[in-house]
Amino acid sequence: MPAPQSDSPAASLLRMESVTVSFDDLVALQPLSFEMQAGDTRVVLGAAGSGKTTLLKAALGLVKASRGRVYLFGQDITDLGERAMYDIRSRVGVLFQEGGLFDSITVAENVAYPLVNSKRLHLPPAEVDHRVEDALRFVELEHTLEKYPGELSGGMRRRVGIARAVVTEPPLVLYDSPTAGLDPITANTIMALIVRERDSQNTANLIVTQRYQDGQVMANFRYNRSSGQLEPISPNGSAANHGSNPRPTVFMVMKEGGVVFEGSQAELEASTDSYVSKFVPKHS
Amino acid sequence: MLDFLKPPVAAIQDFFGLAGLALRNVFRAPHYTDDIALQMDIIGVGSLPIVILTGFFSGLVITMQMSRALAQYGATGQVGQIVAITLARELGPVLTALLVAGRNASGIASELGSMKVTEQIDAMRALGTDPIQKLVTPRMIATAVMLPLLTIIADFVGLCGGFIIASLTLNQSASEYWTSAYQALEYNDIVQGLLKPFVFAFVISLVGCFYGLRTSGGTQGVGRATTEAVVVASVWIFVITSLLTRIFVNLT
Repeated sequence: MPAPQSDSPAASLLRMESVTVSFDDLVALQPLSFEMQAGDTRVVLGAAGSGKTTLLKAALGLVKASRGRVYLFGQDITDLGERAMYDIRSRVGVLFQEGGLFDSITVAENVAYPLVNSKRLHLPPAEVDHRVEDALRFVELEHTLEKYPGELSGGMRRRVGIARAVVTEPPLVLYDSPTAGLDPITANTIMALIVRERDSQNTANLIVTQRYQDGQVMANFRYNRSSGQLEPISPNGSAANHGSNPRPTVFMVMKEGGVVFEGSQAELEASTDSYVSKFVPKHS
Repeated sequence: MLDFLKPPVAAIQDFFGLAGLALRNVFRAPHYTDDIALQMDIIGVGSLPIVILTGFFSGLVITMQMSRALAQYGATGQVGQIVAITLARELGPVLTALLVAGRNASGIASELGSMKVTEQIDAMRALGTDPIQKLVTPRMIATAVMLPLLTIIADFVGLCGGFIIASLTLNQSASEYWTSAYQALEYNDIVQGLLKPFVFAFVISLVGCFYGLRTSGGTQGVGRATTEAVVVASVWIFVITSLLTRIFVNLT
């Protein structure tokens, strides 16, 4: 992998500097800044139409920032041409809202897509097959290789989407509403997968969601590699914990294209803002 | 007034932008040869039955109409000539193009439109591939190769249809009909008969892709994009054939 061009600290994976997005007269994203480094988890909460998806698309350059600057892996992508962007985009994993799977090709071909179509990776076919199987085994769907996305359930499609997002082992993964429209049990399975991916590969995650529980799982659980289970993060890092705890999760709440809250889970739960507290279930 | 003109002008500009990118990609790597072959199969081989059927019946009908008109002048011997010229110059290219527009401009628009509304186009861009290179250019190349071939087949089958009527109702011999048909055709006819489908191919494929890629508004949007693609492609086929015919008539 080529070294990130350094006009910013080397570890910065994604940096947005007062990014604004507007379509004609409609402001979809008000000035917004944040930075993500290796191993960071950031959860963006917000109602439908609050600009969450636009935020993700702006981070990837799929939507051009009207003002402000976007840096991916330290490189300024704001004014980069579409073609120049393909290479840098292929280093980010993305899960789209409904999975975004190509429904004209099989599950295996979907997962192989980023490997086969990247100019950066030149893998022999055997290695591609091997990696595809590994990625599908990770989401426990190795038996669906020859199926088409249309034959799978919503939850399974989401899992294939995750497999496709992480098959290239990207250092940064963006998840757009990974649990939207799923029943609570399937939603929990998906979140467990995302935590497992984060902690086994030490990836940085940007998760956009309507469900507070998703963020709660990201913030309070970690994957234990030796036991193969999710376990609650103990505040003082007990001896049973192998490896370090993930870095604290940052929460962000969006409303009508703007950020109305940014901070830790404790701060989020303590917030008295009526819009922000709507996302936090009240404990008795 | 200017606000009223803005959307169509912007759309035309976007269309030519797309056409430019799609053409440029023909000469740039990566080439998705598998996709080109698949589209050739869908557009070319898939359209074959309907093109043969329509070509055959149009030849049949022209001969029936013409033999009645020619009989007034006692010139029914010329029927092969008239069928050949009408088919090669105008009806073959235009009918084939209209059929392919109805079949494939709609197919392309609905396929790309569905991909657009289910975020597959965005996914493609996010995974580092150019949707124009991967989707538009193969469809354009496949149509540009297959439509002239389909037109040749339609012309030939139409002449065969004409021959059946000529031999059954006018008692013409095979050599009489085919010699008259063959001798009537000049290079000019062949050139315009092949140039037209080649130009129509770009109209059909690019209009289908254009409306597909700018689909918005869910399933309903896909339906709208499909309808618009067929209507706009058909209208442009008629406009372009008029222009080209005008040019070629002047050339002779």
